[in-house]
Amino acid sequence: MSEINLTPLKPAIEKYIPLGRSGLLPALHAAQKIYNWLPEEVASEIAKSLRVPLADVHGVIEFYSMYYNKPVGKKIIRVCTDQACALKNADGLLHHLCAHHGIEPHQTTEDLSLTIEPSPCLGICEQAPVALVDDQAETNISTDFHTYEVGTPRSIVDGTLRILTANCGNGPTSLEKYGKYAGLEKAQALGRLEVIEEVKASGLIGRGGAAFPTGIKGEGAERAIGDQKYVVCNADESEPGTFKDRVLLNDDPHRVIEGMCITAYAVGATKGYIYIRGEYPYIVPVLEHALSEAREAGYLGEHFDIEIRVGAGAYICGEETALFESIEGKRGFPRVKPPFPTTFGLFGEPTVINNVETLCNLPLIISEGAQGYRKFGTEKSPGPKLFCVSGDVAKPGLYEVSFGATMRELLDLAGGVANGRKLKAVLLGGAAGAFATEEHLDIKLTFEDLRAAGLPLGSGVVLVYDETRDMRDALHRIGHFFAHESCGKCYPCQMGTQRQMEILNRVAGGRVLEGDFVRLQDVGWTMTDASICGLGQTAASAVLSAMKLWPELFEVKS
Amino acid sequence: MTVTFLMDGKEVTAQDGQTLLDVARENGIEIPTICFHEATTANAVCRICVVEVEGMRTLQPSCIVKAATNMKVQTRSEKVVRARKTILEMLSATMDLSEAADIQAMMKEYGARDERFPDAVRRESDIKDDNPMYIRDYSKCLLCWRCVQVCADDAQFTYAINFEGRGYETQIGTFFDKAIPQTTCVLCGQCVGVCPTGALKPKREFLLEKGKTPAEISVMNTGRKQRKPR
Repeated sequence: MSEINLTPLKPAIEKYIPLGRSGLLPALHAAQKIYNWLPEEVASEIAKSLRVPLADVHGVIEFYSMYYNKPVGKKIIRVCTDQACALKNADGLLHHLCAHHGIEPHQTTEDLSLTIEPSPCLGICEQAPVALVDDQAETNISTDFHTYEVGTPRSIVDGTLRILTANCGNGPTSLEKYGKYAGLEKAQALGRLEVIEEVKASGLIGRGGAAFPTGIKGEGAERAIGDQKYVVCNADESEPGTFKDRVLLNDDPHRVIEGMCITAYAVGATKGYIYIRGEYPYIVPVLEHALSEAREAGYLGEHFDIEIRVGAGAYICGEETALFESIEGKRGFPRVKPPFPTTFGLFGEPTVINNVETLCNLPLIISEGAQGYRKFGTEKSPGPKLFCVSGDVAKPGLYEVSFGATMRELLDLAGGVANGRKLKAVLLGGAAGAFATEEHLDIKLTFEDLRAAGLPLGSGVVLVYDETRDMRDALHRIGHFFAHESCGKCYPCQMGTQRQMEILNRVAGGRVLEGDFVRLQDVGWTMTDASICGLGQTAASAVLSAMKLWPELFEVKS
Repeated sequence: MTVTFLMDGKEVTAQDGQTLLDVARENGIEIPTICFHEATTANAVCRICVVEVEGMRTLQPSCIVKAATNMKVQTRSEKVVRARKTILEMLSATMDLSEAADIQAMMKEYGARDERFPDAVRRESDIKDDNPMYIRDYSKCLLCWRCVQVCADDAQFTYAINFEGRGYETQIGTFFDKAIPQTTCVLCGQCVGVCPTGALKPKREFLLEKGKTPAEISVMNTGRKQRKPR
């Protein structure tokens, strides 16, 4: 083994030392920037500096897909092979790249110049197929793989409303252009409890997928007793098919920050975190710049400040308690609930954690008042809503509508099914969602209407498959996704996602065995009923919905 | 303070803060457990002790859920039995349970079949025999977490072991897979004591099973220092 020079490491991790264990992920990121991977000596030095047990540091490196404890290429190409990209020949792209460089997927060239990996959803589904090349995205890669766009992905935004997305579509909005934090100023004039009452009266429901009333969270954290309270922005957007938060964070960071400031004021929090997924590296400088603008303007500072934390490739960290563990420098294992974050959250303190889109609603609610906000949407699903439309539609993109629009209206906005084809299915809510078909098109996309129809809204994914698509391919990718992303903590999900993948691989390969249908159902129901967190509880959701819609796909071929 | 609630249709009384598992055991109701151990923090990892609580969307792990007034608990509903049976069948398709007598008995009780999942990828690994005190056979490991817990804050505070990989590919491991003598391990043996499946086993037991005689073992240099003659 070659000698590792530790000299550049010390200054790079110095600022994380006071954070202790919580500085572990940032320190590993910084080290990997220097060495390209995490050799034993480096991990050991970080462990000593941050006073974290060696075995624990290794456990963390092993948990996150974007940390490497073996040498990898100077350049890493991550080709998205998830749902939307797969419809645009992502497998072909991956194989083309590998063949061109003479390596297999997951391999590194002999000269250590390049590693190519397939990746779970990169959150740029409307510009599929895409790849992440180091810190830059390559999007709209052409069918011959020769032309593509490089850099921060464009934002393709449309809809019947442009409220949450008013500033989206033209790159990052500066503070000067965003204007003063009018919502925050009004909130401070109203008083803390009034702000919480206003949010409760607005009926705002969380947009991350779990559909929890935002006002109730705020109220719980406000009442909770703790030495320090936290506000966390969940920007770990990783649900396959979801890209709304990417657009909001990149194009309108001040709306997110203002939402966090309003929350912090209402609950009495002094510290905030934005936890952004590792697959969105190009947004980090935008956020850093916006935070410094907000500090200069006095919105952030002594009373409340925000730190950015970057994930490292783990879908599970979108689960709120796993996200806390990750900020605390641990493997992203979800915690047992209760206790809930409002009383026992980050570092064991009362915490409000909200999704990016949820936070973006807050300045609007405070500025317009709950009644003004309720002009949009329905009684039980008030407000504007973003939908991530991708797959086989004429105009994939981010669409803002008022809650209450039907799936048909949304698809019409997106130009309908591409190439004049008929609709086969819509994946609603992402991999953790469910499949819908033609018969569901007139259902209103609201929490209440979808619930009545047995469908989830999830994170606002509307991923379209045309009549020519083989749904077994989509299913085997869902199976692979969950097996890859299960944290491994609880048995139903740890083994169930593996067994589910094995059966779905047989389904996709036309090798269905006698009894597979019932086996798949038992595994699915067991994960749904008995898993510890939302990942396991929804890992079979789309598969079980497909089994109802297309039972013939799971039958033994004679 | 006591609470009164229904467990399998029978009114039971519990101390405030008592877990459902504890209450069940006091009342002669059998709930199976795998990861639960009196000496370690309950993490509700195995989910074999789940029960159905009226009004809850998902099944609840009885090892950590506390009894509350007016709760209605079913310890063997159809859903509960389906989950337990499927978990046991998946375990059997994953690792070597040959030395886990308790789990084999559970499988029998729940009618769980060994061959329920054909063509399943099993978790297999070579025996790690790298120290004089114990061997590690992770083909038998069912990730109950107890060894990691007693090595850390639940008992010994040595932090010699943690997890490798993620999801189905998770395994217990040391820093960069170092041999035990190169770690912080103090050979206290607590991990061996809490292992439910024989994945961690005293070296001596391992050698005896291999057919070595006590006499042969005593002359093997298993790393123990010979006492200097005075």
